[in-house]
Amino acid sequence: MKAQEEERRHTICVLVDNEPGVLARVIGLFSGRGYNIDSLTVAEVDPRHKLSRINIVTSGTTFVIEQIKALLAKLVPVHEVQDLTVEGPHVARELALVKVLGDRERLVQALRIADFMHARLVDSTPGGLVFEVTGSSEEIDAFIDLVEPVEVSRAGVVAIGRGHSILGARETGEDG
Amino acid sequence: MNAQASSAPSAETNTRNGAQVVIEVLREQGVEVVFGYPGGAVLPLYDELFKQDAVRHVLVRHEQGAVHAAEGYARSTGKVGVVLVTSGPGATNTVTGLTDALMDSVPVVCLTGQVPTHMIGNDAFQEADTVGITRPCTKHNYLVKRPEDLARVLHEAFEVARCGRPGPVVVDLPKNILMGPAPYCPRHAVRRRYAVRRDPDPRRIEEAVELLSRAERPIFYAGGGVINSGPRACELLTELVRETGYPITLTLMGLGAFPAEDPQFLGMVGMHGTYEANMAMYACDLMIAVGARFDDRVTGRLDGFSPGSRKIHIDIDPSSINKNVPVEVAVVGDAERSLEALLQAWRRRGLGSRRQAVAGWWAQIDRWRAVDSLRFRQEGEGIKPQHAIRRLYAFVKDKDPIITTDVGQHQMWAAQHFPIHKPLRWLTSGGLGTMGYGFPAAIGAQIAHPDKLVINISGDASWIMNMQEMSTAMQYRLPVKVFMINNRWMGMVRQWQDFFHGSRRAESYMDSLPDFVKLAEAFGATGLRATKASELDEVIAAMLETDGLVVADIQVDPVENVYPMIPGGAAHNEIKLSPEDDGVQEGISEEGMVLV
Repeated sequence: MKAQEEERRHTICVLVDNEPGVLARVIGLFSGRGYNIDSLTVAEVDPRHKLSRINIVTSGTTFVIEQIKALLAKLVPVHEVQDLTVEGPHVARELALVKVLGDRERLVQALRIADFMHARLVDSTPGGLVFEVTGSSEEIDAFIDLVEPVEVSRAGVVAIGRGHSILGARETGEDG
Repeated sequence: MNAQASSAPSAETNTRNGAQVVIEVLREQGVEVVFGYPGGAVLPLYDELFKQDAVRHVLVRHEQGAVHAAEGYARSTGKVGVVLVTSGPGATNTVTGLTDALMDSVPVVCLTGQVPTHMIGNDAFQEADTVGITRPCTKHNYLVKRPEDLARVLHEAFEVARCGRPGPVVVDLPKNILMGPAPYCPRHAVRRRYAVRRDPDPRRIEEAVELLSRAERPIFYAGGGVINSGPRACELLTELVRETGYPITLTLMGLGAFPAEDPQFLGMVGMHGTYEANMAMYACDLMIAVGARFDDRVTGRLDGFSPGSRKIHIDIDPSSINKNVPVEVAVVGDAERSLEALLQAWRRRGLGSRRQAVAGWWAQIDRWRAVDSLRFRQEGEGIKPQHAIRRLYAFVKDKDPIITTDVGQHQMWAAQHFPIHKPLRWLTSGGLGTMGYGFPAAIGAQIAHPDKLVINISGDASWIMNMQEMSTAMQYRLPVKVFMINNRWMGMVRQWQDFFHGSRRAESYMDSLPDFVKLAEAFGATGLRATKASELDEVIAAMLETDGLVVADIQVDPVENVYPMIPGGAAHNEIKLSPEDDGVQEGISEEGMVLV
């Protein structure tokens, strides 16, 4: 039965009209029906057509994920829904700003870790550094584990399909 | 300016104000009637309504009544019902009706007033975050902040309300948008951005026919989606059922999609459905669900739901498929087009009736039928509620009446004992279970069908919830007949307390009920009362003969319960048939007790 089926993480991308309330609709769909949101990002990606892209990382059984996708597709401002986890290879990246405070020795140590993990130093104050790190969520987790920061700000996952897989607005229209 | 011409723009300047644009959209959308209640924020719109004749306004007495009336209008015509209310409390009072319309897929456009755009967010007088409040209880909603969006949004609202699986749409209209100039945009010029797949995938149809042609114990299970699809869908369903020779059951919302007295109809399915319908659903090897959503009132315990069957599910809403019950063949499409395709495929294969091929299945169904699960004993002068409803049916069966109900025991008895033969004749609150739905819905249906017999079969507790609408019925001389099954209890609450809570009847007694006859008379209506079985026919006859609004107070056996019943958390084959059946209370699991 479906209750026993394993939950799996899915990265779902949604192309929406950039209009007031659209994010509330998407979030309300998840909260109203008790689905999880592990990460969510949103930004306008096509200013000419006023389209925004929402990247959602969620987890659930196949049943629940199919339900989430069907419900998202039903929302009026939603143009297209793509489940990158199912629909093929994709790249997913996250950006984080990571603040480390401490004495000179500690900061030097952090700089060394940043260097071999390709994090960029973006701010420096007496006794404090801020690094910018991009990569997969796992890479960011690893960096955070190593530098033991006092504060982290993460942007959430952005993802895109590889090759010819394109999330684009389809022409809508009644099929007769 | 000439009053009649005021909502037309002057040709030179093409200036309408927002309120005139709203009226023009309503006219272009073919709206004949709006159910509403005025207030500060919508006064400009009422001013324009006053100056024209194309759109009629029906003044309700509470905004909840406006939405239910619009639902009654919509469900009895298949058209979009329209509501107009003011900001703040006007809007918040519509929430129950909107949720009801969402759950039961009723097309409604609800126009709400709003404080002027520059005051939004300031906690202004009668301000409420209407789009925030109604977001989860509408199919879609809008706040119009720019005059240039007004006409487009309104046209789209109608499109969204009726397209695909219908539902309620709210358009929030700030007062300054209504008062200021706004451009018009005709319906055809609005770019459609909302499309729904209506034609089924032919491959799925072939798979479905393949299963249909080989079934040994098939059953059709149809719901409100067939009625929403239209009368043609119901005809096609009837043809398909008759041509295959297979049995059919209907959900509460589907009653009327197939003629109730046809021998192939097994009665309603679900918690209070017939024994034969539920047993056939349990034991079938093929289930063909059409416009039904495997609701928990239908399925009972999911892991005990029809364990041995393959399932075909036809639905216009992809999110309804595989939601509660996994199916083998999913047909996404409009019921009418899908049934048409199925029927054509069936005929192409020259399959003809398989009634003989499934004769063993029919013999089994006949044995279940012989149990006579809707039986009751009418003895002496006490009126059994089932008997009252059957007598009502005997009087009106040739009058093609529209029946509305409220929610509770009377609703189930009406569903069981009042056969519905045609679509758009049965208006009930199924998904949300809204007490107080039936009377305003009857008003909406009567507005749409002035010459038809409209009967609200109600209960004492439900009816009181929106009885203020008597005033509306009187104002518009609506001859609605209220047939009130009065048992002086919230009967269904009392039944559950008796079954599952040790007969502790907490707060379910309707103490201090009014004298309904005098109450009706106070509004200028006619009140009638039957307290004895021997008075019943006379009261029904008088109710039907009396002009105008009639409230018939039918005082019935107060402790009668609705049977059959599948207790919460039980499967179809665990159905209880009568009080003599082994104690329901012991039969219910702890998991079942938490279900509503």
